[in-house]
Amino acid sequence: MRRTVINVLAFGGGFVIMSLELLGGRVLAPYFGSSIYVWGSIITVFMLSLALGYLIGGYISVRGPSLRRFSLLFVAGALLTYPLVLYAEPLMHVVFEHIEDPRYGSLVAGATLFMLPTIVLGMISPYSVRLMVTQADHSGSVAGTLYFVSTLGSALGTLATSFYLVLWFEIDTIVTLLAASLLGLAAIGWFAGRRT
Amino acid sequence: MKPSHVLVCALLLLSPGVDARVIHSETSLYQNIIVMEDGSVRCMQFTIRKDQRNQSCIDLRATKHLVFPYTRMMLGALLLDQSPAHILMVGLGGGTLPTTLAQLYPDAQIDVVELDPAVVVVAKKYFDFAPTPNMRVFEQDARVWVKRNAAQPTRYDLIMLDAFNGDYIPEHLMTREFLQEARELLTDSGVLASNTFAVSQLYQNESVTYAAVFGEFFNFRSPDTANRVIIASRGALPSSESLEITAHTLAPTLTPYGVAIDTYPALMKTTPDWDPDARVLTDQYSPANLLKGRP
Repeated sequence: MRRTVINVLAFGGGFVIMSLELLGGRVLAPYFGSSIYVWGSIITVFMLSLALGYLIGGYISVRGPSLRRFSLLFVAGALLTYPLVLYAEPLMHVVFEHIEDPRYGSLVAGATLFMLPTIVLGMISPYSVRLMVTQADHSGSVAGTLYFVSTLGSALGTLATSFYLVLWFEIDTIVTLLAASLLGLAAIGWFAGRRT
Repeated sequence: MKPSHVLVCALLLLSPGVDARVIHSETSLYQNIIVMEDGSVRCMQFTIRKDQRNQSCIDLRATKHLVFPYTRMMLGALLLDQSPAHILMVGLGGGTLPTTLAQLYPDAQIDVVELDPAVVVVAKKYFDFAPTPNMRVFEQDARVWVKRNAAQPTRYDLIMLDAFNGDYIPEHLMTREFLQEARELLTDSGVLASNTFAVSQLYQNESVTYAAVFGEFFNFRSPDTANRVIIASRGALPSSESLEITAHTLAPTLTPYGVAIDTYPALMKTTPDWDPDARVLTDQYSPANLLKGRP
């Protein structure tokens, strides 16, 4: 039960990260275009943020790891993702006014909008490994399974967003759904954590 | 085989014109650019499929003659303003439209915005595109350029949107917000002409989007081909009688270009023939490339 819950949460985290990354390109396009350097900015921001998230997630997993604390990462992710709906437009406007070069404009705007939620979502992976590992000699297979599950989530998040979600919904609606999903996952984790 | 050779072979197999040969082929940062020559007609294509929409052509024997219907149709915008002094072209292609406009209006200031620097090079080398002293070419994303220049004092009498070549549609140039920004760049009676999609679900969405920004516009559909040019104005639309009169005035000037301007007023209709309930394309909702694939 506990293992399933952790896998579901890791899958959901992977889904949201890539869905958000794809939407990032759409969010920035009206101000910075959709050239290759805009995608370069987005991917750089996400990679950097994930790298930091892995580092921090691994560090905080050392002290008192629990499913409930793990769930709080999802709450934080939701709280940092949702403001995109409210502040993306005015923030991009300010960056557009101050930075003429769309390469650095998209990099700064991308970092401002997506860095915090992505760092928190990046913390999920190492933390979930810590929760699952009981013996050192199984740690490799546990980590492998979790990477498999969360990357599968990322693949599905990419596909669902680019094939269907943008055809059905507005960007703000999708971002709201992602934040709501993170809260839903947090609730599942919190509830499961209570029983053990 | 090198990829470019494979491409060339594929082209030769797919093209109906047996004599057509590839004289230049490159992959730029944004797209494939292929220059084909078939007899005296030289074309720039962005896909290997033979598709009129994706081409920009010149006739080497009669360089003035505009080979494709949609380029001729774009000049229908002149029926609303016979002598534009400031012209903005979004999308260069082979440069036929800016070249033609520079010949028609040597004193007009013409600004061209083209995303792909490689297209500008190819237009100059293979399509006799030679910017005049009154012409400026900006190699930039049109959305960024338009947004930036809305804050500048320059306003245009005529804006031509033709950035939709190739297989991929730049979705951020299809939205209500972009059209509003472009409209801001027009003078009070400025005219906007746009080469748009005549088939697929996108026809419905694009039509309601233009209507949302400009209200009534001239929907100019080619009777023979799958071309549709939208001609909209920031001011009031002229009556069809007024279009007829202007057409007579312009006819002698435009005949050398193969533009049968006399026949245009009857084809420029304001009655909607699209689904009024289609979803307006916005920065929030713009899956143009997905809609293009729907019947």
